[in-house]
Amino acid sequence: MTLAHTDRPPRSPAAFRATHRTRGPQAAVRCRRRRTQLTAWAFVAPLVAYLAAFYLYPLYRNLDLSLRHYTVRSFVDGNAPFSGWANFSQVLHDPTFWPALTNTAVFTVASLAFQYTIGLALAVFFNRRFRLAGILRALFLIPWLLPLIVSSSTWAWMLNSESGIVNHTLNLVGIAPVDWLTSPRWALTSVIIANIWIGVPFNLVVLYSGLQNVPAELYEAASLDGAGAWQQFRRITFPLLRPVSAITLLLGLVYTLKVFDLIWIMTRGGPGNSSSTLATWSYRLGFGTLLPQFGPGAAVGNILILIALLFGLLYIRIQRRQEA
Amino acid sequence: MTRPRAGRPRAGRSLRTTVIGVGLTALMLFPVYWMINVSLTPQQDMRKSPPDLFPLHPTFTGYQAVLRDQLPYLATSLLIGVSTVVVTLVLSAPAAYALAKLRPRGSGFLGLSLLIAQMVPGIVMAMGFYGIFLNLGIMHTWWGLVIADSTLAVPFGVMIFTAFMSGIPDELTAAATVDGAGAWRTFWSVVLPVSRNAVVTVSLFSFLWAWSDFVFANTLDSGGDLQPITLGIYRYIGNNNQEWNSIMATAVVASIPAAVLLVLAQRYVAAGVTAGAVKD
Repeated sequence: MTLAHTDRPPRSPAAFRATHRTRGPQAAVRCRRRRTQLTAWAFVAPLVAYLAAFYLYPLYRNLDLSLRHYTVRSFVDGNAPFSGWANFSQVLHDPTFWPALTNTAVFTVASLAFQYTIGLALAVFFNRRFRLAGILRALFLIPWLLPLIVSSSTWAWMLNSESGIVNHTLNLVGIAPVDWLTSPRWALTSVIIANIWIGVPFNLVVLYSGLQNVPAELYEAASLDGAGAWQQFRRITFPLLRPVSAITLLLGLVYTLKVFDLIWIMTRGGPGNSSSTLATWSYRLGFGTLLPQFGPGAAVGNILILIALLFGLLYIRIQRRQEA
Repeated sequence: MTRPRAGRPRAGRSLRTTVIGVGLTALMLFPVYWMINVSLTPQQDMRKSPPDLFPLHPTFTGYQAVLRDQLPYLATSLLIGVSTVVVTLVLSAPAAYALAKLRPRGSGFLGLSLLIAQMVPGIVMAMGFYGIFLNLGIMHTWWGLVIADSTLAVPFGVMIFTAFMSGIPDELTAAATVDGAGAWRTFWSVVLPVSRNAVVTVSLFSFLWAWSDFVFANTLDSGGDLQPITLGIYRYIGNNNQEWNSIMATAVVASIPAAVLLVLAQRYVAAGVTAGAVKD
């Protein structure tokens, strides 16, 4: 075993075996395997320490926050009485809870439905060979790459009631101006529209790369059999794309549940609670007012984690099954 | 479907498809165009009805405002972005090498933890960091923000590197071992140079995410001496609600990294987007 801890590794497997001949080949293999394990752990150790300090610990602190009665002072003097489920019960009975939960659901489902449908249509379109296809596909990535504060403020200005280009365009076709961001009726729709725009590129790119794995012969055979474009899509493209679609949608779901910046910048969850989601509500409780309610804010955050994890684990299960 | 597939009709159809493609792209990128257009529109024309579709009388006052007000914010974002890239690479590349090639016990569990880590909402992390930063007295520091921002990129980085390094043939690392290289030398002078593409992809995305971060910046650095550009824009929206050409000019400048990255490293971007979702 002493050899396993020398500084220099054996020069070659043959040399290694030679020096260990007296102990027999099995001991040598075990010795080497153990050495590899130690080296491997040395490589991984910083990451593990990092994850413990900057993922697990914040999550623990957040859980702790949600189970205590915290004020700004509590952080300084460390004095926050344990309050059990009080924060959770307060949050669940808050009149904002149901609007926030249903808004989260509507925001997520509507965003995904449109992002996916538009993304898939575009992926099928770009799957044809034509000039400039590569460049145009790359340009489609821009909305996804822009900082969210940039896209959110651009959309906020475009949807401005008096001077926004959207209302001007509607005016041209004879539709009365809509108070996109300032009326409770339209605020949620507005942030959904902006979010669809941001999410289409992700769906397009992933589904397009999924399409590359569909064998071209299938289409040739189908078109010899007289199948039209729509039939080819329904009988070949869509079924064969199902695994990729499932992954795309679930990953999109987990991402969409998290969306905060966009809604906060465009509407701050308002007017009233009309575009509040669990994410923006959690933020407003913790940071959005002069009298922060860290405990309830953290409680909402933890409910959001629970929902995200539920779908996250489903995603992992499906992905594992596809790999197997 | 009896139409012949070869010959002239195909060329015609291809041209038509290109025209449709250009139209769709233009529609999709209209908000980006509009941002640029508004950034060049003089303040007095901002409320004009109907608005000018083209910047006929472009003004650069918005960009002058950016130069006047936003340069420190931009510099801070650059500093934070580059630092986040360094932290992410240092943590994720060696760990991924071990996961891909040395396969320590427990790597399955670690991989699962990384997947789950990516699903934690940013707002929850922000609240956890808030308490920790207050206790440690590192609130409103730029490097505290680097720590928080790196959590956006490290799990992704490990996954990209692991996937890439698993594809490096074992013969290559074995050859290095035969030549007497230790695990670190093998990693540093064989595996890492070969993984250049993965290094680019991870650097790109960690920079972009740190540059774009708003949640952490607003919760952990809103009172700091050095604040990033996302807060610069946020302040602009809050303070001078009317000067939309300055706001949009700042937005255009804040979009430059995304544009540069797309032009210089298009294929890496696409690789990064699909990384989590599609297995080759």
